[in-house]
Amino acid sequence: MAEAVDYRYVGTSPVRPDGVDKVTGRAQFGADQNLPNMLHGSVLRSPHAHARIKSVDVSKALAMDGVHAAVSGADFPSVQSGEVGGEGGGDVADIAKNVMARDKALYHGHAVAAVAATSVEIAERALDAIEVEYEPLPPVLDVVEAMAPDATLLDDNCFTKNLPEKPDKPSNIASVMVLARGDLDAGFEQADVVVEGEYRIPMAHQGYIEPHACTATVNEEGKATVWCCTQGHFEFRAMTSKILNWKIGDLKFIASEIGGGFGGKTVVYLEPVAVLLSKHAGRPVKMVMSREEVFRATGPTSGSVCRVKIGAQNDGKITAAKAWLAYEAGAFAGAPVMPGAMSIFAPYEIENFLVEGHDVLVNKPKVAAYRAPGAPQAMHAFEVALDDIARQIGMDPLDLRMVNAADEGTQAPYGPKFPAIGFKACIEAAKKHPNYTKPVPEGAGRGVAAGFWFNIGMQSSAEVRINEDGTVIVMEGNPDIGGSRASMGLMAAETLGVPYEQVKTYIGDTESTGFCNVTGGSRTTFATGLAVVQACEDIIAQCKSRAAATWGMDDDQVEWQDGQAVPAPGVNADVSPLSLADIAASAPKTGGPILGRASLNAQGAGASFSVNFGDLKVDPETGAVEVLSFTGIQDAGKAIHPAFVEGQMQGGAAQGLGWALNEEYIYDADGVMENAGFLDYRVPVASDLPMIDTQIVEVPNPSHPYGVRGVGETPIVAPLAVASNAVRDATGVRINDLPLSPPRILAALSND
Amino acid sequence: MGEFAYVAPRSVADAVGVLQDHANNGRRAQVLAGGTDLLVQLRGLDKAPRTIVDVKKIEETNRLDIGGDEIYIGAAIPSAILNENEELKSLLPGLIESADLIGSTQIQGRASLGGNLCNSSPAADTIPAMIADRGICVIAGSGGEREVPVEDFCTGVGTNVMTGDEFLLGLKFPRPPANTGDAYLRFIPRTEMDIAVAGAGVSVTLDGSGTCTAARVGIGAVAPTPLLVADAAAALVGTTVDDEALAAAGAACSAAASPITDKRGTVEYRRKVVAVLCRRAGAIARDRALAA
Amino acid sequence: MSKMHIRTTINGDQVDFLGSPQQSLLDALRDEVGKLGTKEGCGTGDCGACSVIVDGRLVCSCLMLAAEAEGAEITTIEGIAEGDGLHPIQEKFLEHAALQCGVCTPGFIVATKALLDRNPDPDERTIRYWLAGNLCRCTGYDKIVRAVQDAAQELAHEA
Ligand SMILES: Cc1cc2nc3c(=O)[nH]c(=O)nc-3n(C[C@H](O)[C@H](O)[C@H](O)COP(=O)(O)OP(=O)(O)OC[C@H]3O[C@@H](n4cnc5c(N)ncnc54)[C@H](O)[C@@H]3O)c2cc1C
Ligand code: FES
Ligand code: FES
Repeated sequence: MAEAVDYRYVGTSPVRPDGVDKVTGRAQFGADQNLPNMLHGSVLRSPHAHARIKSVDVSKALAMDGVHAAVSGADFPSVQSGEVGGEGGGDVADIAKNVMARDKALYHGHAVAAVAATSVEIAERALDAIEVEYEPLPPVLDVVEAMAPDATLLDDNCFTKNLPEKPDKPSNIASVMVLARGDLDAGFEQADVVVEGEYRIPMAHQGYIEPHACTATVNEEGKATVWCCTQGHFEFRAMTSKILNWKIGDLKFIASEIGGGFGGKTVVYLEPVAVLLSKHAGRPVKMVMSREEVFRATGPTSGSVCRVKIGAQNDGKITAAKAWLAYEAGAFAGAPVMPGAMSIFAPYEIENFLVEGHDVLVNKPKVAAYRAPGAPQAMHAFEVALDDIARQIGMDPLDLRMVNAADEGTQAPYGPKFPAIGFKACIEAAKKHPNYTKPVPEGAGRGVAAGFWFNIGMQSSAEVRINEDGTVIVMEGNPDIGGSRASMGLMAAETLGVPYEQVKTYIGDTESTGFCNVTGGSRTTFATGLAVVQACEDIIAQCKSRAAATWGMDDDQVEWQDGQAVPAPGVNADVSPLSLADIAASAPKTGGPILGRASLNAQGAGASFSVNFGDLKVDPETGAVEVLSFTGIQDAGKAIHPAFVEGQMQGGAAQGLGWALNEEYIYDADGVMENAGFLDYRVPVASDLPMIDTQIVEVPNPSHPYGVRGVGETPIVAPLAVASNAVRDATGVRINDLPLSPPRILAALSND
Repeated sequence: MGEFAYVAPRSVADAVGVLQDHANNGRRAQVLAGGTDLLVQLRGLDKAPRTIVDVKKIEETNRLDIGGDEIYIGAAIPSAILNENEELKSLLPGLIESADLIGSTQIQGRASLGGNLCNSSPAADTIPAMIADRGICVIAGSGGEREVPVEDFCTGVGTNVMTGDEFLLGLKFPRPPANTGDAYLRFIPRTEMDIAVAGAGVSVTLDGSGTCTAARVGIGAVAPTPLLVADAAAALVGTTVDDEALAAAGAACSAAASPITDKRGTVEYRRKVVAVLCRRAGAIARDRALAA
Repeated sequence: MSKMHIRTTINGDQVDFLGSPQQSLLDALRDEVGKLGTKEGCGTGDCGACSVIVDGRLVCSCLMLAAEAEGAEITTIEGIAEGDGLHPIQEKFLEHAALQCGVCTPGFIVATKALLDRNPDPDERTIRYWLAGNLCRCTGYDKIVRAVQDAAQELAHEA
């Protein structure tokens, strides 16, 4: 296990290698790729939230001047059911139908046809010329109503999965899942207090600032090259290959710089369409979504209804916990209810529990991963109920959490025993934090909540090349969304013992580097970092053996110290150390270029826990909420680049607070989203937030050489309940649902 | 239908000529000031071709005159420029605050009072403030110029009294008499970048003893058009604009409101909050009048 | 559709281009002039990714017609760096890790330039309100605000 060690580069915050290009406008994002002879693609989208598509006729569009290709569902092959991809995966047959509707339009904005034309204006006019005959059906919009036995069905072939017996009737409930342990009734009997509630949260969007974009070109040999903004170009290639029934080898994907994803760019929308249009037109095709399309047709995260019941003793010990979760999947199965169910009790050691989850189809866009997918909704419900327990038994909310906190050896509700984890360390840090020990400002309330995310490992590859002068190139395949190039560079510098400035990190395309799963699940610094470290170790082994050959020694008589090969202790030799630069310079004579590589399927990602608290003020006459201060405390295992870890914590806090206070998908009765723009889908602006204080706790992950845990996702989890609990504290009124919008707060206050 | 075209006439006569020509020939023309509403609309629902008539190159729409009796503000002056004018800010702080609330810094670099008014959104921030400050619209058309009080300008959601060959030249305000103060407040869920859920503009004039001798109250986002609320003003006149009078004025605003429930707020919410805003804006206006 | 000849000065260079009457300045910059550093996040004035300075004023280039730029002086992100070195604002953004994905960064830097040109010593509140039209979804704004504060100090020092 990694001890607290002093590192030279790991744990510092140097400027990122791609930084200069990103502050000067040079960096190329998804929409910045232009090719000669390029066409512009546009998508026709369903005006109905639910309709049978009786026919689509693109012929009039195709006949227009300047229009070079037009496709609809009929032009796509039918796709066999099967899983693809890591975090952003799902059933590829569903993804295919989401990319282009076939017999049914399942949400307002569902793609129905697409054209490629010489200009955006012509393409848009061509869309008007496409004739679609719809038979509108009643939209199913409420998750609980969708579950009713007599509800209108989205999919007549959807039979609930995981029931003890195969159901004889189709349902909108795509699947159910249960996790249980102990004796629930006995647990509730032991309780001195019981809190029960229902908590509703509407859909929310990742809200990345860069809309989806791609440029595809298919040559006369049928080979495609696709530039796109993606969290995982290898998975985009795999999905496109399955959706179009093309060989993987005929598709080359190049990841542009990516303007945010948060899980939302782990799944294809435009890419297969652009490839097909380009194939038909024989010219490159660029497609860029408008912001409105992003809201209407790309993955938000699930709206949810969670019912929670907690029993506890007067000393704070939780004796039983029960949860019922229903998550909106949108138009196709795949709500993150399983991770929601797995995380809801994860921070706590609870003997008796039961959680039931439901993945429910509704006529809304197919959900996609969003930072700790599924955890914020369920954990909001639990952390709010826990706050009510603390009030009822008169205990400090941090003390209550400490009484029940999971620790090394605790069996996680989802099975395995936790190795070393940092939850208790976070609670202790919170308890001592000056923002916690200071009094709550006049008129404000303080809310406390815990957060958690598993983190994932999965597959990564990395290559490390040594230039003739000893400088280092790291090549890997994970798009850099938040500075991961710098973290890779730091780990490589540390492992090799060379200055960070001598290391450059590149993100390769699908043909120039080995397979990597998505940048997501907080896996990149952990898993790809592990691959980079191993590739550097490969380099070191080669360098040692070259030095050994130079010195006429055995390999094991050489050690690597501070970036140089030296004789091992006890080896008597009158030789000067050989630096990486020395070895690189003599490489032609010692076996040629030096190239290290590693590939792996990483295990032991190491869960990251957090404790957050904040002081929020409520205007009792308008219901307006002001965030006065917010503090995030989180276990990062080891912060490779502390400034970027803080950045993840601050960004996640801002997203969580936005979701808690103002963000929501608002639908009319016809299933049309009413606020498909940043003016009315209210993400926090700079003046909405205070500085966000952070404290990084470091309990090293035993499965990583530097102790890294993923940090990207946990930060969004706790802020939802922090906000609810702070508003409760400020007003004396408990509001179960989110967002805590001014009208909702004022209505709750005047009910009293 | 026709094509898209852009013209930027340099005189009132030229602009009226273009508008009239289009109106007579059944062709579509649309006036452009800062474009912060118009360009959004061009991108969204209404993509049909038209002639865009940019009125920013005309002297009268850019002129700012602070006279002894009257203040004239050209219809196309961006709010950022108004906000930088210290004299204007000290004379009509409530109006300038309302202009300063429009969108972001970027939006304020373009957005004009004229555009805000002519767009005729019920939620437009400057309209209640202009109503409170007794604003008069100066409209140019083929029949010459005419004047319309701001409270009579909007006729419905997105509609107003101007005909196809008319456009707005500017806005006139009487120079506020001594011991007069104005204020505008709106409610939005965020701190910036939102459209008002409710808004209230108040102007009060006090006598030497602090008694209110004249008042105007305008409210927004709580009815199809911004409203002048005479009852709210009446509740203030003759009082010292104390809490009781302010509460009565607020109640009058709630009573005058006929809001709807939409994505930005509910009927109940808007009714309550417009009263709160009237009270708070009234108190600020009073304090300004006392300090003036 | 007939195009218009538009003459502007962009980052000090005289630039002429052909634009259509309804084309936004943003689209013209990106598609006609090749200034791809200016980004589109919304096209409707809500995100500030397209911020440019026109005749000394910060504006959203998505809410201006290219035709309106006739005769105008425009500064884009490509015109912020000084000679062969970064502008202090750019350096401070890097130093403070004020960008994660970086797509909002050109807009923030241009907006910050417009702020500091006008107000060399803004307080935190002024900075936050000035930048309220620039959305960043990654950072929570903390490090951006700090970078702006530090850049202001640095510039004051230089002056
Ligand atoms: C992100 C964002 C935020 C916003 N926030 C706010 C806000 O907080 N509060 C608010 O009230 N508004 C807000 N708006 C709306 C808009 O900015 C304002 O209404 C602004 O004042 C419009 O002025 P403009 O000069 O840009 O008008 P334009 O867009 O040029 O014109 C608006 C309308 O008025 C017509 N018009 C303009 N000038 C004249 C004239 N002289 N004669 C005849 N017709 C004319 C145009 O034809 C058009 O129909 C926001 C807009 C955006 C994009
Ligand atoms: S693209 Fe112009 S403000 Fe978003
Ligand atoms: S850094 Fe990604 S949006 Fe700001």
